[in-house]
Amino acid sequence: MSHSMDDMNLNAPHSMGTTIIGVTYDGGVVLGADSRTSTGVYVANRCSDKITQLTENVYVCRSGSAADSQVVSDYVRHFLHQHTIQLGQPATVKVAANLVRLLSYGNKNMLQTGLIVGGWDKYEGGKIYGVPLGGTVIEAPFAIGGSGSSYLYGFFDQAWREGMTMEEAEALVVKAVSLAIARDGASGGVVRTVIINSEGAKRNFYAGDTLPLWHEELEPQNSLLDILAAGGDGPAPMAE
Amino acid sequence: MSSIGTGRIVMGVEKLIASKMMLPGSNRRIHSVHRHSGMAVAGLAADGRQIVARTKSEATNYENVYGDQIPIKELAERVASYVHLCTLYWWLRPFGCGIILGGYDRDGPQLYMVEPSGVSYRYFGAAIGKGRQAAKTEIEKLKLSELTCRQGVIEVAKIIYGIHDEAKDKDFELEMSWVCDESNRQHQKVPDELLEEAKAAARAALEEMDAD
Repeated sequence: MSHSMDDMNLNAPHSMGTTIIGVTYDGGVVLGADSRTSTGVYVANRCSDKITQLTENVYVCRSGSAADSQVVSDYVRHFLHQHTIQLGQPATVKVAANLVRLLSYGNKNMLQTGLIVGGWDKYEGGKIYGVPLGGTVIEAPFAIGGSGSSYLYGFFDQAWREGMTMEEAEALVVKAVSLAIARDGASGGVVRTVIINSEGAKRNFYAGDTLPLWHEELEPQNSLLDILAAGGDGPAPMAE
Repeated sequence: MSSIGTGRIVMGVEKLIASKMMLPGSNRRIHSVHRHSGMAVAGLAADGRQIVARTKSEATNYENVYGDQIPIKELAERVASYVHLCTLYWWLRPFGCGIILGGYDRDGPQLYMVEPSGVSYRYFGAAIGKGRQAAKTEIEKLKLSELTCRQGVIEVAKIIYGIHDEAKDKDFELEMSWVCDESNRQHQKVPDELLEEAKAAARAALEEMDAD
């Protein structure tokens, strides 16, 4: 069965079937996300940036409705900006998380978005706060979110350790996102990370064809035609 | 009047007794604002309560929005704005009192004084009210950075007793509070046992002065 234009659901709202992750390490945090934004089964954007800057030292990973999560993070960025001017010093991660909660909880009937707030401040160091659907705030050493996270709980139970180095933590995040991309049809594309510590924030990018391949995953191809031409190994041709 | 040393805050008030029929401890002039700060009032006590109520609501409101304790500096600015606002309209009367706001936040202990005009400044030691000049002179003589909190309580008691003129002034009740490590960085009444010790020390110091 092939997809016709009718059953592709192209008018559905843009949703980030997503894998997002926040991990604390010795001295800071690493945030990670895939880059797929879908409209039904159509990939509306294959290189979206789901890790959004709130302040110099606080970022947020967005999941769920793309529109809702953008509006929430835009408001929070605005309030944090005001707050930073008022106090004359950078806002803390806790304050950012509480503002996200205030909006998520207060408008829970209208919002479909789960966020992970992460950052560094001079008082508490690196902190991760998960703010899932209803508007709870959960401070945690690591948080995972989005549709892809269901494939990662067991992995994190096994692989997460306290007191990792920055390099270990980032490797863990990239590995976890690539694992989720392999299993979760709603996650895909590239892996983006943001590392935040006392020195500031640094963005990294891992292209889709550089990610490790997991169980029965296929090599990246430039064209589907190459697979079909080769025959045998490729996916079974779609039945009409 | 109040004073502060590094790592600790002591506030003390000389509360004149309006009537001997009144129960001790009534008409409090030192109020808690939230867990880690409090304010002392000099002047019209009722006006002071109005300011305290506003300060409390500013503190809780900030905590609801930002999920964190309000910095003392921010609290002082907001109270000062409120006090100043009341000087701006013909249908409002300015407050008939000054307040000293002391508290502990992440940046350590801080002491602010807000005057009825709405100005506020941060101090190492501050005094307001009728005896402020004499009290300030005494505070300036203290080595604030070397005092422990307990010593601070005794020094403040001595100053308040020293300024009081037994012959001329009405009787008074000494009201004291502190915010220090011993009070778990919380704003609390000075324990009775220590207050009594401070009063005794203050009386002893007075007698010593009289003897000279």
